[in-house]
Amino acid sequence: MRETEFDYNLISNWIPEKTSVLDLGCGKGYLMDFLKHKKNVFVHGIEISESCIYKCVEKGLSVFHGDIEDGILDFTDKSFDFVILYQSLQQIKNLSFVLSEALRVGKKVIICFPNFAYINARICLFFLGIAPVTKHLPYRWDNTPNLHFFSIKDFNIFCKNSKINIIESRFLTKTKFIRFFPNVFAERAIFLIKSL
Amino acid sequence: MLDNAIFVKTNILKLSKPFNLESGITLENVEIAYETYGKLNKNKTNAILVCHAFTGDAHVAGFKEGTKKAGWWDKLVGSGKGIDTDKFFVICSNVLGGCQGTTGPKSIDPKTGKPYAMNFPFITIKDMVSLQKELVSFFEIKKLVSVIGGSMGGMQVLEWVNTYSDMLMSAIPISTTMKHSPQQIAFNEVSRRSIMLDPSWNNGDYYEKASPELGLSIARMIGHITYMSDISMEKKFSRRTKTYNKSFDVNFEVENYLKYQGDNFVKRFDANSYIYITKAMDYFDVSEEIFKNHINNLKFLVINFESDWLYPKYQSLDIIKLLRLKHIPCTYCEIHSTYGHDAFLIDIEEEARLIKPFLESIKI
Repeated sequence: MRETEFDYNLISNWIPEKTSVLDLGCGKGYLMDFLKHKKNVFVHGIEISESCIYKCVEKGLSVFHGDIEDGILDFTDKSFDFVILYQSLQQIKNLSFVLSEALRVGKKVIICFPNFAYINARICLFFLGIAPVTKHLPYRWDNTPNLHFFSIKDFNIFCKNSKINIIESRFLTKTKFIRFFPNVFAERAIFLIKSL
Repeated sequence: MLDNAIFVKTNILKLSKPFNLESGITLENVEIAYETYGKLNKNKTNAILVCHAFTGDAHVAGFKEGTKKAGWWDKLVGSGKGIDTDKFFVICSNVLGGCQGTTGPKSIDPKTGKPYAMNFPFITIKDMVSLQKELVSFFEIKKLVSVIGGSMGGMQVLEWVNTYSDMLMSAIPISTTMKHSPQQIAFNEVSRRSIMLDPSWNNGDYYEKASPELGLSIARMIGHITYMSDISMEKKFSRRTKTYNKSFDVNFEVENYLKYQGDNFVKRFDANSYIYITKAMDYFDVSEEIFKNHINNLKFLVINFESDWLYPKYQSLDIIKLLRLKHIPCTYCEIHSTYGHDAFLIDIEEEARLIKPFLESIKI
C-alpha cells in the first residue's frame, strides 16, 4: 500500500459517513475523491493551482480556486464537520491564522505534516551540516514550497499554547506506526484536533 | 467547414398571449428568435439554456444556411464539445429588447403600425428571463440541466436562479456580476450619450431615415476598449502604424481596429436596442434577494478570467460569498488569460475543461 493511501485510510477512519469535509490545499483532489467514494461525504476543496482545479473538476469535485488564507474567510462557524490540511500547513505563510480559521469553520480539524525532527533530517543537519533533504522533505532549501519547519514536539507545544485540544494523533514512517520516540523516528504525523 | 458542422436556422416563436413586464406594462404580439441544437429526450430532462451577452444573438453554434460565420460560442457548443449536443438539447434565444429577431424597439408597435422606437417600454434583465421561461415552457421542459452565460448572459443566469430556481439543476455564471459597479454604469452612460447626442438619433425616431451610425459606432469603440486588456492590446496592435507620417488620420493599428469594429457594428445592431439593453444591465441588481429561495439542490460553477477588468474577480467572489452563507460551496475558477473581458468568448479550451465535467456530474 502506498503511503498516501495508508494516510487516506487512516484519515477516513476518523470521518463518519455522510458528513461534510473541507480540504484546504486539496491539490488534484485525490483525498477528496477517496473520501467521497469511501465515506459518501460531501467534500469541497480549496486550491491555488489552476491546473489542479481542472483535475478536481474532472473528478466531479466541488472546488474553489484561490489562496487558502482568503478562501476560507466567508464560511460560517462550524459549517463543516471536518477541515483537512493534508501536507499543506507547512506551506502556509500565515499558519496560525489559517489554523484558527480552520478550527472556526470546522468542528474538527485533521492535519498531516512532515516531522522536521525525524532522524534522517537530524542526520542531514548534524552530521552533513546541510538543510535536510529526505524522502519526506524532498526539496532543497533554495527551492521549497515549505515555509515552516516544525517537529511533532513543536506542534504539541503550539497546540498547548493555542488552547487546541488534540483528540487523536498518529505518528508514521512509511506505512508503520511509530510509538517509540515519535519525534525522532516518525517522518510524519497526523493529528485530529478541535478548539477547546 | 468541418465535417461535423451543424447547420441551423433561427426560428421564431410568436406568443399567443400578451407578455407582462416587471413594470406592469403589457406587450402584445411578442416574438422570440431562437435556435436549438441536439435532441430533446423523451422525458425532456436534457435541456440547457444558453444566454447571450449584450450584443449577441440566438446563433450560438453551427452555421446558418448561406453564411460562413460560425455561431458566437461554436467552439464550446456542439458534438463532443464542452456543451455536448450529442447529450444535451441546447436552446439559445435573442433577448427581449434586442434587434436580432426578438421583439425590441425596432419591432412594429401593433397600436401604431410603426416601430416602437423610444415608446418601447422600459425592460429589465428579469423581463428577458421571463421571456426565456416562456420559450422553455413552450418545449414543455420542467427542469433545465443548466443555464449558462457570460457577461450579460451571466446576469440572466443569476436572474434565473433568483426567480426560477426550482426549474434549474445547475447554473454557470461566467465573467459576470450581481450588480453593475459605478465604473460599469459610467462606460455604458458614455456609450448611450454618444448615441443620443448624434443628431440622427432624433429621439429614437430614425427608422425611416438615416440611423445614428456615428454615435453607435463610437459607443461600440468604447465597448471594445473595455472588452480587451492592456496586454491583449499590446499583443494585438502594439504601437504599429500604417504610415510613418504624423497626422490626424486613423493611423495607429488600434485606431483602425476600433474604426473597423464600429463601422461593422452599425450594420447589425440597432441604436435604440443599445440604449434599452445597457439600461437593463445598469439597473440589474440581485445582490439583496438572490439565494433567498430554497436552492440547496442547485449546483454552481462560477468562472471569471484573470485580465478581465470590466467584470473584475471580486464580483464573482461576491456571488460565492453569498452562496457560502447559505452553506452551498460552489466550484469556482479564475482562468488565466490575457484577453480581458472578451476571454469568455476566446479561451474556450479552458472553459470547456470545467464546463464539460461539471455538466456530466449533474445527475439527470
